[in-house]
Amino acid sequence: METDKLIDRLAGDLRPASARQVPWRIAAVAALGGLVALALVVWWLGMRPDLMTAVHGKMFWMKAAYAAVLGLGGFLALERLARPGGVGRAGLWVAAAALLLLVGLGSLQLMAAPSEVRSALWMGQSWRRCPLYILALAAPILVATLLTVRGFAPTRLALAGGAAGLFAGGVAATAYGLHCPETALAFVATWYSLGVLLTAALGAALGPLVLRWR
Amino acid sequence: MFPDVEQRLKTLMLRAQAGDGQAWREVLTLLNLRLTPYFRRRLGADHAAEVEDLVQETLLAVHRRRMTYDPGQPFTAWAHAMARYKLIDHWRRRSIRRHVPLDDVADTLWVDEAPQGEVKADLDRLLGGLPERQEQLVRGVKIEGLSLAEAGERLGMSEGAAKVSLHRALKALMARVAPRGD
Repeated sequence: METDKLIDRLAGDLRPASARQVPWRIAAVAALGGLVALALVVWWLGMRPDLMTAVHGKMFWMKAAYAAVLGLGGFLALERLARPGGVGRAGLWVAAAALLLLVGLGSLQLMAAPSEVRSALWMGQSWRRCPLYILALAAPILVATLLTVRGFAPTRLALAGGAAGLFAGGVAATAYGLHCPETALAFVATWYSLGVLLTAALGAALGPLVLRWR
Repeated sequence: MFPDVEQRLKTLMLRAQAGDGQAWREVLTLLNLRLTPYFRRRLGADHAAEVEDLVQETLLAVHRRRMTYDPGQPFTAWAHAMARYKLIDHWRRRSIRRHVPLDDVADTLWVDEAPQGEVKADLDRLLGGLPERQEQLVRGVKIEGLSLAEAGERLGMSEGAAKVSLHRALKALMARVAPRGD
């Protein structure tokens, strides 16, 4: 009897709830989170001094494209993982393929370089800071993403948290490119990836705690 | 039967996502009919009192999270994933550790109470050897997941009488199956 009343109540005042809400709300987090990361880069880290010339170079856009593809992979995976039973394999493959491609290109570049400059290319001037800054820029986006996904119905919580971290890390690393003056592929393949993977690991650890819904 | 259920529920669900309250009432009513035996069987007799609460919680979650159904995917799989999550969550909150057969295809919200094909034929042959009322009892309790009291009520028997009758029926079935050695 009670259950019948509940059904009456739920069906009585039904509003439309389109399935498109899932991708749109995650995309809205990317837009807002991207703006916050951008603001942090401008007012906290500062833009790279040579930005005006850098935007004419290929490397500036390579970095942005790589980070954005990682974020896109996270988005695609999360859009699946936010739904009950979702796995999100395709998105994770996109991110893995981008990582492999960049590691390959970075290795070729290192091998082609004279041995005495290899470590300077690889470590750049900011290898210690880079992953941590990306993690810091990603943290607010990760929180917003997890809270949004908790409103949906994920059933693989660690994996969904990891995808949320990949997504947040990718968005943050895209914005970080405005600050980062490094130009070597091997640098990006290593330290950008590390920053994004740290965020993904944090998300995977938080997922089972934060994403649980009733 | 299975593809029909899928088709029908999916159509209703799409209408519900567009805001059709009548379609949503039908979806929730059908889900309630499936969820009750599904949870009852898995919670076991010791936790029978929790079944209705869990069904209601699940319906509420399905309602609040109805936008997560992707029209490109089967509705039955979506509903089953919801029910399984709620069941595991229920056990977790009560700190009951149990082995859940996660990937047993036959063990879903949708097919476990309606045996099909050869199994159904075997079952019908076996149960057909029982007196009518005993057959109804076995089907009610062991296949549909009703409680003894409910199955008895359907046949106009007390719970005690149902218990005795079910016991006899199971004994008769054992006797029929055992000598064949399988």
